[in-house]
Amino acid sequence: MTAASATTTEPTAPARGPVRRGGAPARPLRLMVGLVGLAVVAWLAVNIFLSLAYYPGWYGNSRVLMALVGVVAGLGGAALLFYFVNVFIESLPQRLSQGLIPYAFLIPAFGLISLMLLYPAVQTINYAFANRDSTAYVGLDNFRSIFTDGSFWVALTNNALWLIIVPVLTVAVGLFVALFTDRLSASGEKFAKSLIFLPMAISFVAASTIWRELIYNPNPNLGALNAILGTSNDWLRMDQGRLNSLLMMVILIWMQAGFAMILLSGAIKGVPEDTLEAARLDGANERQVFLQVIVPQIRGTILTVYITVVILVLKVFDIIYVLTNGQSDSNVIALMFFQELFTAGNAGRAAAIVVVLLLLVLPILVYQVRTFRKEQGR
Amino acid sequence: MSAAVTSAPAERTSNRQPGFMKDGRRRSWTSIIVATVLAALWVLPSLALFLSTLRSRDAQASVGWWNVFTDPLNQGWTLDNYTGVLQGQDMGASLLNTLVVSVPATILPIMFAAFGAYAFAFMNFPAKETLFVIIVGVMVVPIQVALSPMLNLLGPNGVGISGQFVAVWLLHTGFGMPLCLYTLRNYMSTLPFSVVESAKIDGASHYQTFWLLVAPMSIPAIAAFATLQFLWVWNDLLIAKLFLLPSNTTVVVRVQQMLGTQGQGAEIVTAGAFISMIVPILVFVLLQRFFVRGLTSGSVKG
Repeated sequence: MTAASATTTEPTAPARGPVRRGGAPARPLRLMVGLVGLAVVAWLAVNIFLSLAYYPGWYGNSRVLMALVGVVAGLGGAALLFYFVNVFIESLPQRLSQGLIPYAFLIPAFGLISLMLLYPAVQTINYAFANRDSTAYVGLDNFRSIFTDGSFWVALTNNALWLIIVPVLTVAVGLFVALFTDRLSASGEKFAKSLIFLPMAISFVAASTIWRELIYNPNPNLGALNAILGTSNDWLRMDQGRLNSLLMMVILIWMQAGFAMILLSGAIKGVPEDTLEAARLDGANERQVFLQVIVPQIRGTILTVYITVVILVLKVFDIIYVLTNGQSDSNVIALMFFQELFTAGNAGRAAAIVVVLLLLVLPILVYQVRTFRKEQGR
Repeated sequence: MSAAVTSAPAERTSNRQPGFMKDGRRRSWTSIIVATVLAALWVLPSLALFLSTLRSRDAQASVGWWNVFTDPLNQGWTLDNYTGVLQGQDMGASLLNTLVVSVPATILPIMFAAFGAYAFAFMNFPAKETLFVIIVGVMVVPIQVALSPMLNLLGPNGVGISGQFVAVWLLHTGFGMPLCLYTLRNYMSTLPFSVVESAKIDGASHYQTFWLLVAPMSIPAIAAFATLQFLWVWNDLLIAKLFLLPSNTTVVVRVQQMLGTQGQGAEIVTAGAFISMIVPILVFVLLQRFFVRGLTSGSVKG
């Protein structure tokens, strides 16, 4: 698409353009209007937002009014900002303006990404080599300190367990559910899928509350698991064989299975019926049809779901924070980072842990970019 | 299943046979049974929470939630837990806070991302590929990376807005930006290029083309992202906990605090948790179509 549009837009625009724009030379007045407008809008928007934080009294301390002002200032500000950018750029000589306008449209988005993600990432790497309050560099001390710390290895092992178990089981459960719901009538399928999908909408905190109070409750009169097994175990404190971690993984799988189901079910529906028929005519049973015909054709979607859950699991924090706070050998690195930064107040070690997290994410990042490139190349 | 039954009279003239569904496929009883069991299992925890919150404090502390099915008359049905949590735990104010956080944090990223997505979809410029690859990469970066530097930047030694709603709007706008750009650009790429082309020939500026043509046509993608982002912001614990003052805090943070308080009555915690779930469930039921579409397009295509 990119190459084709480049050749089609260029010849047509100059052919008609000059008629309306009179050769489109620089127009100093519009240029000034654009610049001044830009400055005024930016100044106003920034100050309105700052006033929301500094002087809530101006808004009668009304939260609803502040939210309204925020939405109006944000939307209106952005619309006007882009309008004046457009005025400014169109006043430039046409050749220049054609080249600049894409960047002008991208600058706000990239500015926010740079401010909120790229700059902090660099700064965090920077902090990782500094002391606990980021006032002096200490070389590799933080990394030495975390890698010789037994609790860091416990967390890393737990992360490995989460990474091995949760994505595979989520895909498996999602596939299982998708296979069976796919054979229901249309309305039955929709209904069953909605119920299985529902946990996806609730927060990790609410989900953890449900499972802690109603299922893993140590009181056998109140907790379903103890009631079923006739035991009175405090499940979330049982670290034999990392049982508590496994039980917390169940919660995440319960929440994510619906997501896997939706994507996989869509892919299964896309498998051409005649390939299935052909396999059946050749005498394949349903299991062979599934493993040798369906699965190879939906491999791309299986990978997508798998990678998405892997990314989620690497960052898993809320469930463990709420249920055990990392005690009984259940810590993970995202939570250890949090404890290091806010409980121990050691910014250096916390940053070093995040750098490890970042390194773990890196292969997935590379994989994503490569997949994207391959797709664009097609 | 029920729809198949009710529409049966209309279909009677067709050659539909027992054991077959409306669309001609064979009815699979194994699938019906398995799917029913799975759906029941999946919905049971949420349903149990809801039913449990309607039981009296004594019932909740003495007998398990499954007794609502075996002994429904002796559960001391009551709404006291909800009045208790709304009054005693300031849940009403937290609910309002959560809306004040979520609505702007959902709307603001769209405006900024939409123009960028337009540039990616309809314009040609050097470095286009590289810039978009950056977006694809940044989507994977965990937000933990940003927390400590952003606390310094927005905190009292920096801009001094940490603790206020503005700080959280800004953070969610920034963190939601890569996904929003990605989703909108992918959708806009599927729109016919000729539309933009003809607008350009008619002398429309890019700004006009965006507003009059591309933005209205992109509504499905915008709705999909908005649903996803709204649920994400509503359910977020980390940013709300770190960047909001206690008086501005959200329901999810309140529930987390209740869970952490030793000796807090379970009936209060469960009622609080259910209150925090009402809005997401409503959004889910009403906007499920957009939510699914958002998830499908937002999960990076393999």
